[in-house]
Amino acid sequence: MLEMVIRGRVWKFGDNVNTDNIIPGRYKFKTQNLNELVQYVLIDLNPEFAKKVKKGDIIVAGRNFGYGSSREHAPRLLKLAGVGAVVAKSFARIFFRNAINIGLPVIIAPEVYDKTDEGDIMEVNLEKGIIKNLSKNLTFKFKPYPREIMKIVLEGGVIEYYRKHGVFPWEESTK
Amino acid sequence: MSGQTMAEKILSHAAGKNVSPGEFIIANVDLVFAHDGTALLAIDVMKEELKREKIFDKNKVVFIIDHAAPSPAVGMSIVHKTMRAFAKKHGIRIYDVGNGICHQILPENGHIKPGMVVIGADSHTVTHGAFGAFATGVGSTDAAIAMVTGKIWLRVPETLKIVVDGEKKPWIMGKDIILHIIGSLGSDGANYMAVEFHGKVIKELSIDSRMTLTNMVVEMGAKAGLIPVDEKTIEWLKPRVSGELKKIVPDSDTKYYETLHYDITDLEPQVAVPPNVDNVKSISEVEGLEIDQVFIGSCTNGRFEDFYIAAKILKGKRIAPNVRCIAIPASKRVYGEILKSGIANILLEAGCVIGPPTCGPCVGAHMGILGPGEIAVSTSNRNFPGRMGDRTSKVYLVSPATAAASAVKGKLSDPRDFF
Repeated sequence: MLEMVIRGRVWKFGDNVNTDNIIPGRYKFKTQNLNELVQYVLIDLNPEFAKKVKKGDIIVAGRNFGYGSSREHAPRLLKLAGVGAVVAKSFARIFFRNAINIGLPVIIAPEVYDKTDEGDIMEVNLEKGIIKNLSKNLTFKFKPYPREIMKIVLEGGVIEYYRKHGVFPWEESTK
Repeated sequence: MSGQTMAEKILSHAAGKNVSPGEFIIANVDLVFAHDGTALLAIDVMKEELKREKIFDKNKVVFIIDHAAPSPAVGMSIVHKTMRAFAKKHGIRIYDVGNGICHQILPENGHIKPGMVVIGADSHTVTHGAFGAFATGVGSTDAAIAMVTGKIWLRVPETLKIVVDGEKKPWIMGKDIILHIIGSLGSDGANYMAVEFHGKVIKELSIDSRMTLTNMVVEMGAKAGLIPVDEKTIEWLKPRVSGELKKIVPDSDTKYYETLHYDITDLEPQVAVPPNVDNVKSISEVEGLEIDQVFIGSCTNGRFEDFYIAAKILKGKRIAPNVRCIAIPASKRVYGEILKSGIANILLEAGCVIGPPTCGPCVGAHMGILGPGEIAVSTSNRNFPGRMGDRTSKVYLVSPATAAASAVKGKLSDPRDFF
């Protein structure tokens, strides 16, 4: 099960954070062991990130987060590093889908970025669709996922869903 | 009811009902593939996370070793070993070291047909839309689920119609056209959409160039890029595939999300300047930049036509002494063709190094990793900082014509001087 309320410090990144930024090819094509690769996550954009990120921390980013390759290592490494959620103006399609599948909450909330600073304490309520910037005492609403996606998100990803129910989310309706 | 776009037609067939944009569907999958950048994770998902043993249809799952091939590191050798063992156990086809890049060898070897739903654990899977297939890139979990169930959930995309007209000049290649389009629409300008290409220029383009076009639609966020099936498609596919070839085209009364028109008559050679693929300039705005490396190859531009054009420019000339030029054919077949036609010799005599068929330096895995501050001119598809090596290195994306011209002059150069 996924935590419905995620609380942590904000790490800010800009527009077009791509999957090579999240895990560069020069590391990814030496090994594909996630536990070895996690030390390099986002290294080119912020060399301190992998060392200092704490469980539940929240990434706040600009437009088109996760642009580029289909490498699922990108959302998996963010999750493994401790990232509790990514809040962005928009996401690239494949990254968004991968993140939903593996249970990394990805939230489209365009107005958050400009009103948030790095280090702010933020709280995301997935079920209610509310983001609170506790440092600045601001509240944002975001549009809930479509029904088909919400079903996957609430179980913590498609794999968790399958583990729990023994079928994939779309298979249930035929039973 | 209005007619259907190519994507809607293919997905309606795959879902067994008439589908509309925005709808969530369960589609039957005709081909699933993964390579050495994504297969290991897919295998782990299948075995460790889903705990499923069986592949849904061994004839519809293919592995390719292309990203770091031959292996440059023990970690990758372990990935390759695991892929080989898995392929053997499940009786699936594996294209091992030396065959080439997935997006080139799958159509060459008859795995792609019009009307198919192709799911690849690689973002450039969209390439196969050049043959009228609905082909889209996914992560390893989606690939693993498709491998065991033969199905995938999809949101039916809206279709953006792009019409390309005008008189194509000899120095303008498919690469210039798609860079120009990406530059005008932006890196997320077609996010979640299917792109359908139409117009006089598209009809005139070779299959090689069409594949360059569909290959790069993902750089503007598209889920698929499709080109209507015509005589050229059928002629190319006929010797390679068995069975019926569906002439997948959109209905004449189809409504599109939007229709955009481009006239390329006066288009200059295009350059995607770092740090993003949509940062596109005309060559006259950026020529003269000092460079260190030229790469001609990748799933975007490693085909026969690409080396043919490069060789026209390089014939009888020498690569500038400040530059190394790395040429890597996208497949064993392309390699054979450039050998037979004498193109390989022209490249060698000009001073190029020719590598074995592989993705090469495009993904920063091997065969031309850039050092600090180095600048590459490349025919590949991404110019993200650090993509091809050190985080301070830079990649400028161009056509093979512009790459070859730049190699000769030792700086970013206009290929029109050579025509």
